[in-house]
Amino acid sequence: MTELSYREPEPKIIAGVKGDWEIVIGMEVHAQVQAKSKLFSGASTEFGAEPNSNVSLVDAAMPGMLPVINAFCVEQAVRTGLGLKAQINLRSVFDRKNYFYPDLPQGYQISQYKHPVVGEGEVLVDLAPGVARKVRIERIHLEQDAGKSVHDMDPEMSFVDLNRTGCALMEIVSMPDIRGPEEAAEYVRKLRQIMRYLGTCDGNMQEGSLRADVNVSVRPVGSTEFGTRCEIKNMNSMRFIQQAIDYEARRQIANLEDGGTVVQETRLYDPNKGETRSMRSKEEAHDYRYFPDPDLLPLEIEQALVDRVADSLPELPDDKKARLVGAYGITEYDASVLVAERANADFFEEVARGRDGKQAANWVINELFGRLNKEGLRISESPVSAAQLGSIIDLIGSGDISGKIAKDLFEIVYTEGGDPAGIVEARGMRQVTDTGAIEAAVDEVIAANADKAEQARAKPSMAGWFVGQVMKATGGKANPQAVQALVKAKLGVE
Amino acid sequence: MSIDAATARKVAHLARISVAEDELEQLTRELDGILGWVEQLQQVDVEGVEPMTSVTPMSLPRREDAVTDGGIRDKVLANAPDAREGFFAVPKVVE
Repeated sequence: MTELSYREPEPKIIAGVKGDWEIVIGMEVHAQVQAKSKLFSGASTEFGAEPNSNVSLVDAAMPGMLPVINAFCVEQAVRTGLGLKAQINLRSVFDRKNYFYPDLPQGYQISQYKHPVVGEGEVLVDLAPGVARKVRIERIHLEQDAGKSVHDMDPEMSFVDLNRTGCALMEIVSMPDIRGPEEAAEYVRKLRQIMRYLGTCDGNMQEGSLRADVNVSVRPVGSTEFGTRCEIKNMNSMRFIQQAIDYEARRQIANLEDGGTVVQETRLYDPNKGETRSMRSKEEAHDYRYFPDPDLLPLEIEQALVDRVADSLPELPDDKKARLVGAYGITEYDASVLVAERANADFFEEVARGRDGKQAANWVINELFGRLNKEGLRISESPVSAAQLGSIIDLIGSGDISGKIAKDLFEIVYTEGGDPAGIVEARGMRQVTDTGAIEAAVDEVIAANADKAEQARAKPSMAGWFVGQVMKATGGKANPQAVQALVKAKLGVE
Repeated sequence: MSIDAATARKVAHLARISVAEDELEQLTRELDGILGWVEQLQQVDVEGVEPMTSVTPMSLPRREDAVTDGGIRDKVLANAPDAREGFFAVPKVVE
């Protein structure tokens, strides 16, 4: 297998008044597990249902209800762990994390504290072709999601919907290996991409399927010690993650340079004001008094399950990218664009099979993706199939149409559909390669513009004007290379 | 290990249990007694002994991923002191 090599990016440096500072970031990403039912109950996980309709008596924490674990959620956590090249712990333990909030009816969240299901792994965060940061994963644990509170329906009351209560979450905890706001956003993007390949999390940030807590600290450039960190909670947009880190780092630097200290605390990012503020109420709640959940035995996974999941893993983005570069001779940049979504890469491979890879990548990325993006369509909604696009490329290769006509043909296939070869035939789009016919057209243009021909003989760069005229006269169907050669020959210029 | 009144007060608050000031001293003593007993247990040498997590030799039962529950909003909301438009209504909590 082809392995691409990378160098580490330069860390982002923030110039303070007294010196340069480096940002150190660790993240906790909460990813909702893609499953039909909840982690410990048989209620549906479907998003957008009527309030409190996807709630069982277990989720509502009625007395005497007992949790029973969803085997598929366990498998999904294992799959995610393997996708992040992580160690799978065959024995893990569920604990109760105790706190009180209206959207947590149990009064505790079932989580994993000392013994998570997944141990250390790593993610390669791509920043530019040939530049990537390896971010180490500390652990992934399974836990319950909380419900949702709505605060704007009544002036005095908050409204609580428990539909999300008890849905399975994977909390993916990174080591403090990230060194800038862009890297942090790219890290989340990469996790999202890998989980979408694996089918373990849909990554829908608007619906809250992926949320991130960010631990930010700063230190003088050259220092190897970590500064005191602040945790910014619950962000569900790549843009906000970057803005929040940038603001928070500058706030901490200003504090330290003024002779102050950074207080370890939980903060909230306010996107309207573009600033973070302290969540004082959370401070006391940090005393979670974890203890093993007496309702749940330790989770023991068979090695056979891990092996079976490992065998069924799809090709992941890094491997796919390396393979596309090796097999099709495309650039690393093009390969990154293509592997962003599995369906995009599959489409490309269908077009590229048996054809020129670079040309296929060009058409898929520049023409097709460009057009789809303009209309906000996904590849699955593309009006042009891989077979149709392949056929257009074949028509260029066989010399039936020029690259320019191919773009017109693409437009017709995109808007009207149909067989590209048939369209070329029916609409007379075949390019003229018959030298005699082109020669006649060249003669005609030169004869009609004797003055310009005179000038062109003195100034050969004007030959291009004649090529344009001939192309126009032939309705764009003349073979451009043939036209160019004939024009130059007839004018006697190089 | 010994526990003081301030710790007892904090623990009660974290558990949202209301303890009157005049009950605090007795509660502190009781908690201290429990912790002392646990401390005594910890002196037992358990080197090489597997922690026992169950008295029956069974492993954590698992269920299939299927929707088998839910759709019982009226039952879920039946005991709520206040419910409106399908939601639990609680005193405003906003950060």
